[in-house]
Order: sequence, then C-alpha cells, then structure tokens
Amino acid sequence: MSKIICQCGHENPEGSELCQACGRTLTEAAAKRKTHDVMRYEGMARRSQTYHSSIIDKIWNFFSSVKVGVTLIFITLVASAIGTIFPQEFFIPQNIPAVEYYESRYGIAGKIYYVLGFHDLYGSWWFMLLVAAIGTSIIIASLDRGIPLYKALKKQRVERHDSFLKRQRIYTAYEGNASDDVIERIGEGLRKRRYKVKAENGHLLAEKNRFSRWGPYINHVGLIIFLIGAMLRFVPGMYVDEILWIREGETRSIPGTEQEYFLKNDGFTLETYQEGDSEVFDQTIQRTGAIAKNFQTDAILYKRDENAVAGSQDELTEVDHHAIQVNVPMKFDQFALYQTDYIENELYKMNFTMDNKETGEPVGAFTVDLFNPETSGVYELEEGYSVELTGYYPDFSGFEDGEPQSDSPLPNNPAFLFNMVSPEHPDGEVAFVAIQQNLEPLGPNEYEISFNGIETRDLSGLTVRKDLTLWILALGGAIFMFGVVIGAYWNHRRVWIKKGPDSILYAAGHTNKNWYGLKKDIAPAFEYAGLDQPMDHQELKESDSSAKEEEESGTTRQHK
Amino acid sequence: MAQLASISSTLLYIAFLLYLVATVFFAGSIKSKKHTNQTGKNRWATIGITITLIGFASQLGYFITRWIASGHAPVSNLFEFITFFAMMLVASFIIIYFIYRLHILGVFALPIALLIIAYSSMFPRDISPLIPALQSDWLAIHVSTVAAGEAILAISFVAGLIFLLKDIDLSKGGKQAFWLESVLFGIILVLGFVLSATAFSVAGYESEFTFVNADEEETTVQYAMPALVTPNEGELLTEGAFSTGLEMHELVNAPRLNTVIWSIGVGAILYLLIRLITRRTVAALFQPLVKKANLDMLDEIGYRSVLIGFPVFTLGGLVFAMIWAQIAWTRFWGWDPKEVWALITWLFYAAFLHLRLSRGWEGNRSAWLAVIGFVIIMFNLVAVNLIIAGLHSYA
Amino acid sequence: MRVSILAVLLAAISYTIYSSVAGDERLLVKAGDQAPDFKLEDLTGESHQLSDYQGQGVFLNFWGTWCKPCEKEFPFMQNQYEVYQDQGIEVIAVNVGESEFKVSNFANEYGLTFPVVRDVNKDVMDAYSIGPLPTTMLISPDGEIIKVIKGEMTEEMVASYMEMIKPESQESSE
Repeated sequence: MSKIICQCGHENPEGSELCQACGRTLTEAAAKRKTHDVMRYEGMARRSQTYHSSIIDKIWNFFSSVKVGVTLIFITLVASAIGTIFPQEFFIPQNIPAVEYYESRYGIAGKIYYVLGFHDLYGSWWFMLLVAAIGTSIIIASLDRGIPLYKALKKQRVERHDSFLKRQRIYTAYEGNASDDVIERIGEGLRKRRYKVKAENGHLLAEKNRFSRWGPYINHVGLIIFLIGAMLRFVPGMYVDEILWIREGETRSIPGTEQEYFLKNDGFTLETYQEGDSEVFDQTIQRTGAIAKNFQTDAILYKRDENAVAGSQDELTEVDHHAIQVNVPMKFDQFALYQTDYIENELYKMNFTMDNKETGEPVGAFTVDLFNPETSGVYELEEGYSVELTGYYPDFSGFEDGEPQSDSPLPNNPAFLFNMVSPEHPDGEVAFVAIQQNLEPLGPNEYEISFNGIETRDLSGLTVRKDLTLWILALGGAIFMFGVVIGAYWNHRRVWIKKGPDSILYAAGHTNKNWYGLKKDIAPAFEYAGLDQPMDHQELKESDSSAKEEEESGTTRQHK
Repeated sequence: MAQLASISSTLLYIAFLLYLVATVFFAGSIKSKKHTNQTGKNRWATIGITITLIGFASQLGYFITRWIASGHAPVSNLFEFITFFAMMLVASFIIIYFIYRLHILGVFALPIALLIIAYSSMFPRDISPLIPALQSDWLAIHVSTVAAGEAILAISFVAGLIFLLKDIDLSKGGKQAFWLESVLFGIILVLGFVLSATAFSVAGYESEFTFVNADEEETTVQYAMPALVTPNEGELLTEGAFSTGLEMHELVNAPRLNTVIWSIGVGAILYLLIRLITRRTVAALFQPLVKKANLDMLDEIGYRSVLIGFPVFTLGGLVFAMIWAQIAWTRFWGWDPKEVWALITWLFYAAFLHLRLSRGWEGNRSAWLAVIGFVIIMFNLVAVNLIIAGLHSYA
Repeated sequence: MRVSILAVLLAAISYTIYSSVAGDERLLVKAGDQAPDFKLEDLTGESHQLSDYQGQGVFLNFWGTWCKPCEKEFPFMQNQYEVYQDQGIEVIAVNVGESEFKVSNFANEYGLTFPVVRDVNKDVMDAYSIGPLPTTMLISPDGEIIKVIKGEMTEEMVASYMEMIKPESQESSE
C-alpha cells in the first residue's frame, strides 16, 4: 500500500484527500472539490474510492456508491407504486382464479398486469432481490464510510494548516488579536455552550455532539437488523399464519400449535351502534346505515396433555378464558388469536312437524341437528308415529341417477329423505324434503313433513399468528429510530482557533448541517472575547456576485 | 354533547377566518419598506403571528371539544384527519417561524393550510362512531404522529416553493418555469374544487342515479354536482336535474370523476381568468413577493424541516403503524395501498437525505425534491383513499 | 474480510429467496417423516391408535362422504383389504368431521370391514396437514410415511401401494 506523505511529514494512506494531521489538501482533485464534500468523511481514504482492479473491488465499489443506493431506492419506490395500481392477488376474491379476475375486471390492462406478475409484486423474487440489494448497499456503503470516518474523528489534531481553515465556510482571520487572553476567552465562551475544548500550543479545537455523526451508521444497523428479522420469517417454526373457523359451541384444535392447544367458541357477538347511543352519532347512522360496534368471540383456551395423541379429546385442561375482540387478541405461549372474520346465522338445526295432509293437523314435532343427526336416524313422535331419516344431503345439488347428491358436508342447502311411520302405514311413507321442495317419490302420501323453523349459529373466523421475529424487528426499529434521531436532531459542530504569526488569529467553524444554528451557537463566545462573529462565506457569496465568478474559475471558497 | 359539537364547528370556522387575516398581515410584513432583510422583528409580522397563534388556539379548541363530544380522538375520517393535518401544518409553521423568524413563510404556509381546511370540509363532517378496528388508543397515537410528521415535511415544500419562485428565471421560460407553473396550477385546481363544491352545496343541488356496479348489482348514487358523466347504465331519478347521459365504464367511479371534471373545469377557468386579467403567469405574479427572500436560509429551512419531520414521520407512519397493525390486523405489514404509499413517502425522503448528504444536492434540486415529496404525501392523503382504497378506507 | 462479508450476504439472500419461492410446502407432513400417532374411535366405539399397529403396514385414507373420488376408491380398498389383511396390512379410513349418521350409513352401504374412524374435530387431519380429499398415506411397519397420495386411486394402484408396505417385502423393495 503506497502512502501519501504530506508537507507536514505525516504519512497518510493512499486515497486520502486531506492530511489527517494538519488538514492540508493532498491532491489536486481534492483541492478543487467543495469543502463540504471533502469534509463529509474528513478527507479520509475510502476503500471504494481507492481500489478498482479486482472483481471484489468492483462489487464492493458498486454497492458502496450512494448513487447506486439512491437508484435502488427509486426503483423500489416505483415498483411499490406499480403494485398499488390494481389490488394484489391476496386482496382479490378467493373463489375466482386470478388470471380470470384481472382480465374480466380490468380488461387488457389487467391482463398485462397479471402476465407481468405484478399481481404478486411484493412476493416476487425480483422485488425481494431489490430489497436485498438495498440491504447490501446499506451494509457496504456504511462500512466503507463509517470506519474511516470513525478513525479520522478519533485522532483529530488541534492545530490545522492555514489552508484547511481558509477553506471552511465559517472563517475569519482577525488581525492583531492573537493574544492568549482572547483565545482563552473564546475557549471559555465555547465551554459555556458545552463544547469540549482542547488546547495545544495556544491553539484550540472546540467540538460538540460528535455522536451525531454516528446517527446514519446506527440507523443503518437498525435497518439491517430489521431486514434480518424479515428474512428469519422464512425459517421454519418462526412464523405461523393460519385461519381457524369455529362455530359457536365447537371445540377445535388451533392450527399451527401441533394439537397442543384447543379453543372452544362459547358464543360470537356482533353489535352495531344504535340511534340514541350518543346523540352526536345519530346523523351519521341515519346517513350510512348500521355501523359495527363490536365483533367478539367468547373463547375458552385448552391445553392438551403433552402425552396425548391426535384425536383424543379427553385430556384437555382449561388455561384461559376471555373475549377475543378486534384490537384485543388472545395471547398464549408464543401465539395470538385475532378476531378477523365471521359468518352470521349459519343453519344449525331444523325443526319439522309431521302433519296429516287432510286435516292439516300435526301429529308430532322433531328437530334435526344438521351437523349430527340421530345416529339411528329415528325420531320418535307420539303414539305410534315416528320419522326415520334415511338419507341426509347437507349441500343438496340435485339428482344423479335418481340419487340425491351433496356438494359438501356443510348444511348450505339441506335435503332429507324421510320415512314417515304412522298407525295407518306401519312400513312408512317416503318423503323427500328440501328447501322449497317436497317430493313424494313413491306415490302420494297421507302424511307430510312441514318445515317449522330453524336454529342458526355464527361462525367466528380467527387468525392464528405466531411471529418469533417480532422482537428482532422491534429491536431493529428502535435502533433505527435512535440513530435517525441523533443524526437528525443533533449537529456535530467544531471550531478551530489558531494563533498565527504576526498576531493573526484564525477562526474557523464547521458543522455537518444547520449552519444557522452553528453561527448562533458560537457568536456569544466571540462576543465575550471582544471579536466580531466569524463570517459565513456562503452568505457573503450570495450577496456578492463577484464571489460567484470566483467559484466558477475553479478556486475554492477562499477568503480574500 | 350536540351543543359541544356545534361549538366545535364554530371554533374551526373562527380559526379559518383568523388564518386568513394573519395571511394578510404576513403579506403586509414583507411589503414593509423598513425591513429589508425579511427576518427579525417587524410590527406587521408580530400582529400576523399573534393572530396565527389565536387561530391555532381556536383550532385546538375545535379539536378538544370534538374529542369530548365524540368520545374519541377526532382523527377517524377524512374530514377529521385532513383538518388535523392542517392544524399540524400551522403548528409546524409556528415552530419554524420562531426559530428563523422568516416572514415570507407565513405568506405561503397559511394559505396552504387554509386550502387544506377548505378541502377537508368537502367531506362528510358529521361525527361518526368508531368501527371495531379503530377502537384503540393507537388511533390517536398513530394518526396524530403521522399528521405531525407529514406537516413538518410539508414546511419543506413551502420553503422549497418560495425558493423556486425566487430562484427560477421565469423570463427565459424552460422546463423549470413550466413545472413551477404546473405546481401552482395544481393548487388552483384544488381551489376550483372547493369553489365548485361549495357553490353547488350552497345552491342545494343534488341528484340521484341508479346504476349497475362492477359486481352486477343495482345501486343508487348521489351526485352533488350536475352530471357531466353518468354511471354504467345509470338512470337519473331526480326530476329536473341535469344529465348529459354520457355513460362511464362500470369500474369508473362516475360521481367522483364528475367532481374531478368540474374541479378541473372551474380551476382551469379560474387560471385562465388570472392569466387574461394580469397577462402574466401565476409564478410571475408571486415572484415580486419573494424578491427579498434569502435563498440560503430557505434552503436551510427546507432541509431542516425534512430532518425534523423524517424521524417523526417514520415513528408515526411506520413504527406506530406497524405496532397497531400487528394488534388490529394480525400482521405488522400487509402491503395495503396506504401502507405501501407510506413506505414510498419514507423511501422518497430517505433518498432526499442521501442525495443531500452524500451527493451535495442543495438549493434548487433540494427544493424540487421537497415539492415532489409533498405531492407524494398529498397523493397518499387524497388519491389513495379516493381511488385505490384498501383497509384504510374509513371515510 | 470483504469477501467473507459478501459471501454471507449472498448466502442469506439466496436462502430467503429460495424459501419464499418454495413456500410452505416444506412444512407439510411428507414421505420420510415419522407418522404422527393418533387415536380415534370407529363406528362400533372401539379405539384405534396408530402405534398399536407397529409392525404392520398401515394404509391410511382420509375421506368424506360428499367427495366423489373418495367414494369410488372404497370398493377398491375393500377388495384389496380382503387380499392383504392376512399379510400384515391394516386399512384405516379416517372420515373428516362428519356425523356418525352419515358415516355409518356410508360404511353399511359399501359393506366395509376395515375400521372406519371419525375425526370429529379434524384434529388428525390437522396433524397430517391434509389438504384436499382424498389423501392417502402409506405407513411402513416401523411407522415411517413411505408415500403421500393426493387424489383418486385405481384398484391397481391400491394393490401396488399395499404391496409397498407389506411387512415381509420391506427388505426386498427398499
């Protein structure tokens, strides 16, 4: 590794722009760049700016570039926006194939959207790659800049070369003022503003809030931790996302818990706001109609004995009992159960009467549990009357070869084949009963089955969630916020005071941002020493058009 | 309670008027010949900021009384949220004003706040009860932090706009002059919307259509403005109401498109009138106001407000948002359009800071970025709710 | 140093993208896994526990009465059960969540002689991560899942599958 030896004799690593000892510019190029740009990383050598030969160098340099980083951010930004043009696949109705949905609903644009894979944009490999590239860029760019910056700020010298001071935006040479007394008073004034003041050979370096410079690096660490958390979701066992549909009164194993936990739905409640609940709401309720107030599942949580095997129900012990509401999940172990959906009034039981057709008089009533009809099928009525259920079709869809068919085990459209036994017909009469349909397949009957009301119950849709990555994400988020706040709300400020020859006092100030604040901050110290405020050359330049030409001619912002 | 609600509305109305008066005083302050440097003490500006403070207190009164009347933080629908955003914008202006004492900021920040309040009042203003998803303390925490963050970021737009008005040489024309004029035209369109909506509402105009929606169901829909476009297979129910009979595709929200057409129409007429009467571009009309503005200070204010606003926005729009989403929606992130646009906003300002910090994008470029950032925020605030509408569509 | 940082990043990113593309498939019960034990009652009230069949090949079929392909398989399973039941094969038909009425009617209609058990709370279905019905699991005499068959089987397939899990044929076929 070759070294750059400064005029002051200090050896600087290859690639340095400013001498780390005295602050002289080391290269022609550095002299021409804006002071603010050179000062950003204290003129330290950065790996990405120095080596360009090997493949590793090239990859490293690619990702360490802020230009590349910002480009990646913009691509991600545009891609994210495209993903909101039409709803993503997980928002569209589940019962229609995505390919049909996009085309039928959004026409040719929808088809293109689907064909390009934008219907699942955020889960696509290329979007993940984009985010991964940003993560890589964050890591490499931070290492490439943070480490040299840390080294440079750690071993700052108090005395800097005149040229370094002259380049600063805040700079004044006070002629005939370089007395130790004045310097001491400036130092004292700055100390009062909580600067750390180091003195060496009569020169001063006052510095405050250096930690603010670490803000960007700290927030990048937070982001990386967050991204690691997001990646860990894909490790088996870290993440569970299941839906548990549970009817009122049912006990079901909670998916994702490996049959360790069971839940009983002890009742589902849906409440809406009523007019008169609060007079201020009445107008809205009149305008928009019913507004939901509460969705609630009264849940009992059971734990199954560890040695129990799947299918055995007897070893359940109650561990918790409370209401699950939106915004109030039930938490247990590492899981949480959320109220996310419901179906109201699913058919549960059907009541029937067996009537004499002629008189219309009922000879008995019975109830069929649509989820669990009498195993024998026999419903005993009074004195010699009974009904035998010979066929049950919970989701009746029509006849096939004379046989009634059922599409599913759910009682969406229940149909029944009954054999009605009466004293007159001890062998029974056959009736087929479905909703709005009564058939007498074996000829006219004397008796009939009449529908006599239903019982319904609600289904509660609960989301089962386990996410072991949450604490990592929270940690990453907290570190990010901490880094952003110290980087944004504090400013690294430095003032150099140099006792020059001929009793000239050089004063220069630098901050990474908020120059207005720096000027206000240091003014009292100079006033205390009986000096005018040091000048802001940017402001001077603005009011002085000749300064503009000076910059254009290539010389940096130097004081005349 | 109903009485409190009506006091609340009155307080908001008072605040609106006070901001209007304060704007006039701030405009006076920059005209004042005594103060050429545009900062520091100035009698006009002192009166201006005092009235602003009283207006802010009045709006705070609106907020508190409405909170008491409804029993929940009044940030639960579009009217409430946008009004609160305007209040935070005024608060941010007040804070930045007391740091930098730059009078010109008031001349632009307050009218923008006024326009936003006027815009918010175009949405249903009645107090609605909270649906289960919103019944959480996080409603107040998340929404108010987001609004505060976005409002502080909006100050950078104000500073950026003033910067550009002064910085861009309008006499030469060119791209920058065109885009600056476009931004101002956009603001006039919002004014066009407010004016046309108010005019028809004052006139009591209303009409009703039945139509067939995308799910093939027959529905009715209200029009608050004469129908220039009608819904898919729409039939006018209101007698004597106006209709062109121009049917739109089933996916198009015809009444909204109708409103947009009216706003653009009225806005464009307004714009043309200004151009015809003054014979100058709108940017050129404003330019004399900013003649004495200090570019360096505007650049600093713009940058500073992004620096202050970015962490606040991150906290409210991402961190608190994720915590609440985990509680209410079972997952901290679900690619809901509003979430995505919050991410886009965040990425955009992250890019802004990187460009500024590492690539030296200052002055003019930084000002343009601030303007674009505000457009993104407004898009998320307005368009995502009205056009895309996912889980956040409460209004 | 830089090489190792880049290598770690590359590995982490590749794993994440691979996992997301592979999806949840990895988490399902699949061939090669130990079959989860279970205990269910048949229509006569007798309990059947998988571990009791240690040493026998178990042909585990998940089904529902409404499911047409399931229905078609039953005569095949019954026929082959009659052939293989003396050769150390047990057939267990697990009905998923239906009433005793429906299941026993069905079993009587097809004259099934192998145990038909009812998974009332879909507990065993969950333990075996069963998706669409029918699904059949071939379980070897030492309790390992040999094969998962999703969808309808022909009689030849049923026969060949029983051959696969026949106790004495273990050494020759593996």
